Amino acid sequence: MSAGTGTETGTSTAAAPVGATVTAVGRMTSLARAELTLLARSRATFFAAVFVPLVLPLSLRSTVEDMDLKEAGLSIGSVILPSAVGFSLLFAVYSALVSVYAARREELVLKRLRTGELRDAEILTGAAVPSVLIGLVQCLVLTVACAALMDVGTPQAPLLAVVGLVVGLVMWPALAAVTASFSRSVEGAQVAAMPLLLVSMLASGTVVPFEVMPDRVATVCELLPLSPVITLIRGGWTGSLSGYEALGAVATALAWTVLAVFAVRKWFRWEPRR
Amino acid sequence: MNTNEPVIEVTDLRRVYAGGFEAVRGVSFQVGRGELFALLGTNGAGKTSTVELIEGLAPPAGGRVRVLGHDPYSERSAVRPRIGLMLQEGGFPSELTVSETVRMWAGCTSGARPESEALSLVGLTRRAGVRVKQLSGGEKRRLDLALALLGRPEVLFLDEPTTGLDAEGRQETWELVRELRATGTTVLLTTHYLEEAEGLADRLAILHAGRIAVSGTPAEVTASQPSRISFELPTGYFPGDLPPLDSLGVTGHEVVGRVLRLRTNELQRAATGLLTWAERTGVELRGLDVRSGSLEEAFLRIARDVSEQEAQETQGARKIQAGQARGSASAGTSEKEHVA
Repeated sequence: MSAGTGTETGTSTAAAPVGATVTAVGRMTSLARAELTLLARSRATFFAAVFVPLVLPLSLRSTVEDMDLKEAGLSIGSVILPSAVGFSLLFAVYSALVSVYAARREELVLKRLRTGELRDAEILTGAAVPSVLIGLVQCLVLTVACAALMDVGTPQAPLLAVVGLVVGLVMWPALAAVTASFSRSVEGAQVAAMPLLLVSMLASGTVVPFEVMPDRVATVCELLPLSPVITLIRGGWTGSLSGYEALGAVATALAWTVLAVFAVRKWFRWEPRR
Repeated sequence: MNTNEPVIEVTDLRRVYAGGFEAVRGVSFQVGRGELFALLGTNGAGKTSTVELIEGLAPPAGGRVRVLGHDPYSERSAVRPRIGLMLQEGGFPSELTVSETVRMWAGCTSGARPESEALSLVGLTRRAGVRVKQLSGGEKRRLDLALALLGRPEVLFLDEPTTGLDAEGRQETWELVRELRATGTTVLLTTHYLEEAEGLADRLAILHAGRIAVSGTPAEVTASQPSRISFELPTGYFPGDLPPLDSLGVTGHEVVGRVLRLRTNELQRAATGLLTWAERTGVELRGLDVRSGSLEEAFLRIARDVSEQEAQETQGARKIQAGQARGSASAGTSEKEHVA
């Protein structure tokens, strides 16, 4: 104790301890730039992230055309557009980031980064920036493309669509970090990502809209993590979402995000298991 | 500036891993400003476990750490910008170039040196455009060192900095560390190269099983070790034929085959007595080897002594003050006499 007070006194203050001169944003930007370079050099990850979400919606078209949408009050475009955004979140953001986190962990990069001035949240956020940006650009491109090619018309409640996209871009990186915790290698990380990818593609309203599902099934499926994003974006275009439904979707998205952040804080592994 | 104020202060430090393994069991030491302190120890002695607590990478299970007057774990934002560190195994993305790695790290470091300066410090200037995956093990260590030095740290932590370097690289790193120390950088070094500790450290501590077995300047630690004389017994002679060993100042001896090994704290007296006897008797002492105490000796003896004590200690009884107790034990009381 005496030594503790000793440091407070007298001459040592003359040393004028230099504090941190880099900001959190500066640190994350630096990390994000390095990650972008790495993403560009990792061909397979890059193509999977950029092209899969662009191609998948096209393949969806014939399936959607066979659905009985008129009764549900939907057009082909209003089904495909939210799905396209969903695929972008799943492949460009989620799947890509699961690999990134696992790879950096296995290369001991995360461990080394933690020894510096970066804080834990800054490391995970900075590493996510390139994927999130790709996801964002992709969503915008897909939206414009769908609007131009599929006659979806103008969004009736654009704010809902924006909220849906934003919560999606926050939630899915967090879910990626959780998933990466449950793997021992980069290859294992891809396997660990499969369940959520498949469930999201099949049951979150991407391929089969909730409006077309039996009510009871739809109620459960609406609670899946990708569902609120799809609901909000589709609602943003059709304008048919009630305030109550919109709040429910936002609440679901927030719940998943909070849960994911909690899980990351508790279980994220920064070092490989040896 | 008060130079007596310790830059690193460690008091009764403890670390327990999940599963109950007690890796650090009450370690205490201080490092003054501009001092180079080396932690030595066998593999698993607790060097890295101790250093990680001082670096603030994990909270201690017990005891106290202060670095530059702050708790490195709970007050990390006050400490991190002023320290630099190098882990035992650096982690860098293999697809980035050396230059990109330095730039990335510089963006995360307060008061970072220019990239060119950082690279020339460690002699990697010509490798700036090379991907990390193409670097040799030694070059990776040097890149790691460049990053540790990037923020002109007041305190530098080096965990086995020369492992994997060739002789030349090792010399260059030592030279660099000496220069840094000369400009006032405080250095905490762990190593398993004894010559590295002997050549660089102002003071050192030898860790064994999570405790400091002995500490002091390299000269002090070496001086506490007995000197050794060994030679082949001439045919037809037995240890009893020598002058009384007590009178030569010999504190212990053992016979291995035909070789007699003597331990003494008075090397000149013992050697003179022995050689005089040989001269008078007219025998040749084949394989004669006379050597003063060395750090290596200290190191090996501590590993041996402490594990013996550990065995006797069986359970509990961890009223440590290990430093003093073990230190004096290794000064000669546990010598055993083996007579053939």
